Amino acid sequence: MNILTFTGAVELGLVYALVAIGVYLSFRILDFPDLTVDGSFLTGAAVCGVAIIFGINPWIAMVLAVLASAGAGLVTAMLNIKFGILNLLASILTMSALYSVNLRIMGMNNGMASVNLPFAAKTAITPFHGLFGLPVWAIRPLFVGTIVLMAVFLVWRFLKSEIGLAMRATGINLRMARAQGIRTGRLVYLGMGLSNALVGLGGALFIQTAGSADSTGGVGTIVFGLAAVIIGESLFRTRNMLLIILSCALGSVLYRIVVQFAFQGGEISYTIQGIRLSFNAATDLQLITALLVVAILVLPGYLGAKKHD
Amino acid sequence: MRRFLISALAGFALGSSAVAAEQVKVALTQIVAHPALDAVRKGVEDALAQAGYRQGENLKYTYLSAQGNISTATQIARQFAGNQPDVIVAIATPSAQTMLSATQDIPIVFSAVSDPVEAGLVKSLDRPGGNVTGVSDRSPVAGHLKLLREIKPDIRKLGYLYNAAEANSVSTLKLLQTLAAEQGIEIVPSAAARSSEVQMATRALIGKVDMIYVPTDNTIIAVLEGASNAAAESQTPLFTADPSSIGRGPFAAQGISYYDAGVETGRLAVRILNGEKPADIAVVTPPARDVFIDLRAAKAMGVDIPQSVLDRATRIIKE
Repeated sequence: MNILTFTGAVELGLVYALVAIGVYLSFRILDFPDLTVDGSFLTGAAVCGVAIIFGINPWIAMVLAVLASAGAGLVTAMLNIKFGILNLLASILTMSALYSVNLRIMGMNNGMASVNLPFAAKTAITPFHGLFGLPVWAIRPLFVGTIVLMAVFLVWRFLKSEIGLAMRATGINLRMARAQGIRTGRLVYLGMGLSNALVGLGGALFIQTAGSADSTGGVGTIVFGLAAVIIGESLFRTRNMLLIILSCALGSVLYRIVVQFAFQGGEISYTIQGIRLSFNAATDLQLITALLVVAILVLPGYLGAKKHD
Repeated sequence: MRRFLISALAGFALGSSAVAAEQVKVALTQIVAHPALDAVRKGVEDALAQAGYRQGENLKYTYLSAQGNISTATQIARQFAGNQPDVIVAIATPSAQTMLSATQDIPIVFSAVSDPVEAGLVKSLDRPGGNVTGVSDRSPVAGHLKLLREIKPDIRKLGYLYNAAEANSVSTLKLLQTLAAEQGIEIVPSAAARSSEVQMATRALIGKVDMIYVPTDNTIIAVLEGASNAAAESQTPLFTADPSSIGRGPFAAQGISYYDAGVETGRLAVRILNGEKPADIAVVTPPARDVFIDLRAAKAMGVDIPQSVLDRATRIIKE
């Protein structure tokens, strides 16, 4: 793996760090398994990309993307709170509806089922090109990293606030929170909106760094998010709220580096006792990635247990 | 009022049946909405219009996309088989295959299928035999290798970026490997399972190859900007077999035009509407004459285009 490949993986990891923080809010804080993100990530990318193509200022495009994705989260919350649909099912319903919505948004650009920024399009990142004499491949991860750090800080301050504490109580014990006079429904709305807003921001950064996304672009977002949260939790065991949120972001970067290693694989063959085992990056990529992630999750605990023996 | 309603209903029923008697029914399905496949559909629609078929007048045209879902494709195939249209157009291999398993008597015209024989759609390209014929988009791989060697004579390792789940890309890879081996070029494949992985798959080739080849792969082509950006960062030239993608980042492209393939497909459908049997119509493979060059991308990727190539290029995007 060379420096370009490495910074590329870090950049993508940082983009998905926002997804990881969003998933942390819904999955861990609110205890709401939210599959909406598989759709709202692409919604963020599509809204931001189409707005930029229409000549809207990239920063305003990002705000629009965040609002659109937050709206998707609110729909899921509404299906759950107002209509009493099971949380997992509510999010699946929104996710599948978003497939069509995303096609519509992307279709605003020449009726295409993908959104592709033109050659040398103006994004929020382009004004920073050449800053400190750094090459573009270094500027992009720095830009995304700065936004991630700001998001980590803001989410941390939010979770420490009174509303944030009420939200945490809601996720830990809904009935107890209600008994304490917390209006839990409102907090689910807020949490789901906030979570998907972060995911949409991730999508908006994705389109601006990658340049394109298509209808399959959001598939697996929830898996990446959950993997990042859980890798972060298992590697950085801490009760400090700021460090927990930061570990979600680091987990995401680490996950991408691991996947990039799996991509480097090519064809690997082993012969064990006359039996030839052949791994091929093309077909076995997901398997190799899964095995590497399992190793990350299991090894720290395993090594820790060894020490205590 | 009541009398008015009855007469209106009667008039509507008579009117619609009168029109229906003259209408031909064409049903079109494609596996997913996607720029290249949409271009094929546009070509089919234009060819039908050129032949004088107008929607609502003498044509009842239905279009359904399977949205990338094979079980939806199966459902569409059953619905089309039940509706008994005069001809069915199926775009891309999975749509054609599911359509064929749903009906063995309604004529099917496929399009954007690389290898119709291997896909089990026809017995042979010259005499399909069954209720199926169509347009193959098999890439002129030998011509591509010749062009790439002309541009970069010292090429030893060629990266191949694709989605291993797309049958067309896998069969092109096999063909490319065979042809390249004869010329002492090694093919280094790198696969992405979905569009969000394309950048990573491209970066996995960086430093390992002299050039990157992108086949007419739905997943890669849909997000070609991402792949091109990643390639340009490391000055690795990226070529594509999809000419409609020129201007989106690759330095050069050569292949069949999907719109033209769609027009050919539409013409086959018209021949069938005029009474010909699919079994007797040979599969059409449109020629790939055009060479497209993007000098902006060539500069970004650090590749010099020889004058001989520029001289025969059909379209050049200037710096």
